[in-house]
Amino acid sequence: MVSQPLPLARPGAPLARRNPVAKLAAGTAFSLPLLSTLDPLTPALGLAVALAAVPGFGVRYRDLARRSWPLLAGALTAFLTMLVFGTVHSGSTWLGLGPWRLTTGTVVAAAGLALRLLAVSLPGVLVFASTDPTDLGDALVQNARLPARFALGALAAFRLVPLLGQEWRLLGLARRARGVDAGRSPVARVRLFAARSFALLAGAIRRGTRLAVAMDARGFDSGLPRTAARVQRVGPADWLLVVLAGGLAAAALAASLAAGTFRPLGG
Amino acid sequence: MATATVRLRGFGWRHAGRRRYALRGVDLSVGRGERVLLLGPSGAGKSTLLAALAGLLATDSGQAEGECVVDGRAGIVFQDPSTQLVMARAGDDVAFGLENLAVPAGQIWPRVDAALRAVGFGYPRARSTHALSGGEQQRLALAGVLALRPALLLLDEPTANLDPAGAALVRAALAAALPADTTMILVEHRVAESLPLVDRVLVLGGDGTVTADGAPAQVFAGHGATLAAQGVWVPGLAVPSRRGTGPAGPDLLAGTALGYRHPGAATPALSHVDVSVPAARALAVTGPNGAGKSTLALLLGGLVRPDTGTVAATAALAGHHAGTPPYRWRAATLARHIGSVFQNPEHQFLTGRVDTELALGPRRAGLAAPAVRSIVDELLVRLRLDPLAGANPYTLSGGQARRLSVATALAASPGMLVLDEPTFGQDRRTWCDLVDLLAGVRDAGRAVVLVTHDADLVTALADRRLDLPPGPADPDPVAPPARVAVDGVAAAGAGDRPW
Amino acid sequence: MESTTTTGRWRTVDIVVAAVIAVAFGVIFWAWNLLWNGPASAVPLPGRALMYGVWLVPAVLGALVVRKPGAAFFTETVAALVSVALGTEWGWTIALQGPVEALAGELAFALLLYRSYRLPVALLAGGLAGLAAALFDVFVWYPGYSWVAFRLPYLGLTVLSCVVVAGAGSAALTRSLARTGVLDRFAAGRARATV
Repeated sequence: MVSQPLPLARPGAPLARRNPVAKLAAGTAFSLPLLSTLDPLTPALGLAVALAAVPGFGVRYRDLARRSWPLLAGALTAFLTMLVFGTVHSGSTWLGLGPWRLTTGTVVAAAGLALRLLAVSLPGVLVFASTDPTDLGDALVQNARLPARFALGALAAFRLVPLLGQEWRLLGLARRARGVDAGRSPVARVRLFAARSFALLAGAIRRGTRLAVAMDARGFDSGLPRTAARVQRVGPADWLLVVLAGGLAAAALAASLAAGTFRPLGG
Repeated sequence: MATATVRLRGFGWRHAGRRRYALRGVDLSVGRGERVLLLGPSGAGKSTLLAALAGLLATDSGQAEGECVVDGRAGIVFQDPSTQLVMARAGDDVAFGLENLAVPAGQIWPRVDAALRAVGFGYPRARSTHALSGGEQQRLALAGVLALRPALLLLDEPTANLDPAGAALVRAALAAALPADTTMILVEHRVAESLPLVDRVLVLGGDGTVTADGAPAQVFAGHGATLAAQGVWVPGLAVPSRRGTGPAGPDLLAGTALGYRHPGAATPALSHVDVSVPAARALAVTGPNGAGKSTLALLLGGLVRPDTGTVAATAALAGHHAGTPPYRWRAATLARHIGSVFQNPEHQFLTGRVDTELALGPRRAGLAAPAVRSIVDELLVRLRLDPLAGANPYTLSGGQARRLSVATALAASPGMLVLDEPTFGQDRRTWCDLVDLLAGVRDAGRAVVLVTHDADLVTALADRRLDLPPGPADPDPVAPPARVAVDGVAAAGAGDRPW
Repeated sequence: MESTTTTGRWRTVDIVVAAVIAVAFGVIFWAWNLLWNGPASAVPLPGRALMYGVWLVPAVLGALVVRKPGAAFFTETVAALVSVALGTEWGWTIALQGPVEALAGELAFALLLYRSYRLPVALLAGGLAGLAAALFDVFVWYPGYSWVAFRLPYLGLTVLSCVVVAGAGSAALTRSLARTGVLDRFAAGRARATV
């Protein structure tokens, strides 16, 4: 369901405690350089670093694995797709089927792709797993200087997620009660999904309109400069995290360059 | 005489896109510290009036006329707690208004704590708003408004979505927390219970003007009958009784040792419940919030599969389908034998027109077009929906939507009807309509199962009663107190974020 | 009477409804993933590219409903972030790709100076956003693939899907929503007949 009973991260862990915007910046500083190369060595190193950082965020490996299964499934799919559609053919051939060939080069390229996906995504998972949405909203407003009304509006809407999850389930039950179900045909299932999504969307917009009125009633559109009840500060440890993240990504790239496996993007 | 906090002279308002004026020629004054109960039939413009007083009627959403002056800040509490609470944690939500009004940071938390104490909020600041019961959420909403120290407090049916226990919580909070010099205007259906909170009653007529104004006893003595006819719950006027008179029919459905746990919930919503549903009888399922009433409605309606126990239909209900349990039936079969009406009518609307909505059930049951046509016409007339035959179901008022949702369940002629809180927040007129309708259904030989905490409904209609024991500390019977997970972040359940 | 709906300043209801559209789609994407996790992953090229349009609907729909500068960008970016938060198979990369495609969609409305919100601009927005998304994928995720066998068809199908689903689909969706009355606070809903 769209909610989990177990918290994934211990809030007191050293990396989890860092400023949310710093964590976001660190995650991006780490991921972006890793995207610039196609070889498998750089992302493998990056992934190793990220996995080593997991306890620092207060997350247990077991919980991480359980939560990241869509990601693992995606990486596997990417790997297999690349094997089928890749055009990199170098090294010894393993299999041949008409025009299609499976070579060492193909496997390496496919592994590179899958590892890139994991290495780029894992920091993001860790950041979100260890950050409270309200804290993130506060930090985006106070530290990253994003407009307060937009950040808060998004946060207020985000609070509706579990409610929308419940609504989704109720809408399914209500349709069954009215005698509507999809049976086997995939077309019917898609149509039913579309109808259910429409009802969810209409209900959500209606809720949103009422929420907006309630927010205005409490002075949201007063035009006064908002004060902050919860203060988010950026300290030296936060800067250190960002610098470290960028540095580690650069180190992984350097290692790949030194090993001669670096393959730049743009092919 | 002290200056009035509220003064309206000839005030009128017309919503954009409507021909009728919601309010017209309203003249009224309310003095500082007065406590007013605003009554009137559905559609009289009470919500519009409160919105006008709160300054929420945007110039681009309609046309105003006349004068509306409010001296001092107004705060308003609405009916639906989940669309009033903005933040994920209780304390943060109360602080929200203070932040908006640029209260210096150092003063915010003391005022938050004071407001929470004043309404008697029983949890720490870090409590997740999602993990609160409806009554607690409304108390929190009240705290959020009172923290801003409004001169005028407006409440638009604050207890309409709550069970009696929750409503009592909110009334207690109002009685305790409202400073003496704050003016209050309250719109409420539960008139009798609200009387201790007010000293003046104002009635808005169906044409948007003030038709009565004065002390409660005087207003009800003078206008009691007219008000009741218009749908106001006049205290002291009895509700008609429609108990069944004929003999009970054969059992249609039996549930034995039913148990169910919502996915992701820590404790079961229901355990070891036995129930039998006879034809030509109205069975009321009652119990406090969290006892699992809505869950039982889902199980009896064949919509979810019980974790333990069985639900079995008899041949009297389902003919040759009686061998399989209802949750295994195809949806079309289910709708033909058991009709379910949900708490929120909008969940069940599938089409864009009232008449196609009604036609859907019979058509899926395989009836021919002329038969479908005649069923639809009959229901439209019976439920006073014929002028709305082409309207979009989402645009109907609360009472109309409720009648339509019951009608759609009836259109497929099921042998049994299960209704979850059918009278939530209804005015007296719609309430009486519903009771008549359901009594008619029951007298025609069908079974009616009512999940409700409306004691009046039980008295008026129920022939049998199943009282569920209180469940574990679970505020919402339909879903567990889920915490928002952002790829694993829990938005502070109780205790895991010590402040 | 239409004054506030045509000035550039966002009302609270504009912000919240755009965010709610984004969040609702975040939930819909999650449910869509559950529905198609098995079959779609097995048939990646044709299936995924044709399904792509759904992911860009928030951008166009947000702009058609709210009709303020930045609506496409805000709605799609928030939808992307919500879908990352709820867990997708592409993970954090969506948080990078989301704003890129959001900006492309925004460009379409900007090109017409935010004066038109009819079908042609909706189609253009869908197409541009789809193109941006597909180019991101093609260069970041599929660099070793054949242009002829994979990348060009992928680009074409994605753009097509986005024009149809995100462009025309959003326009139709806006009209259907207006009929239910939920858009009454917006210009898109004012066309509804007087009741």
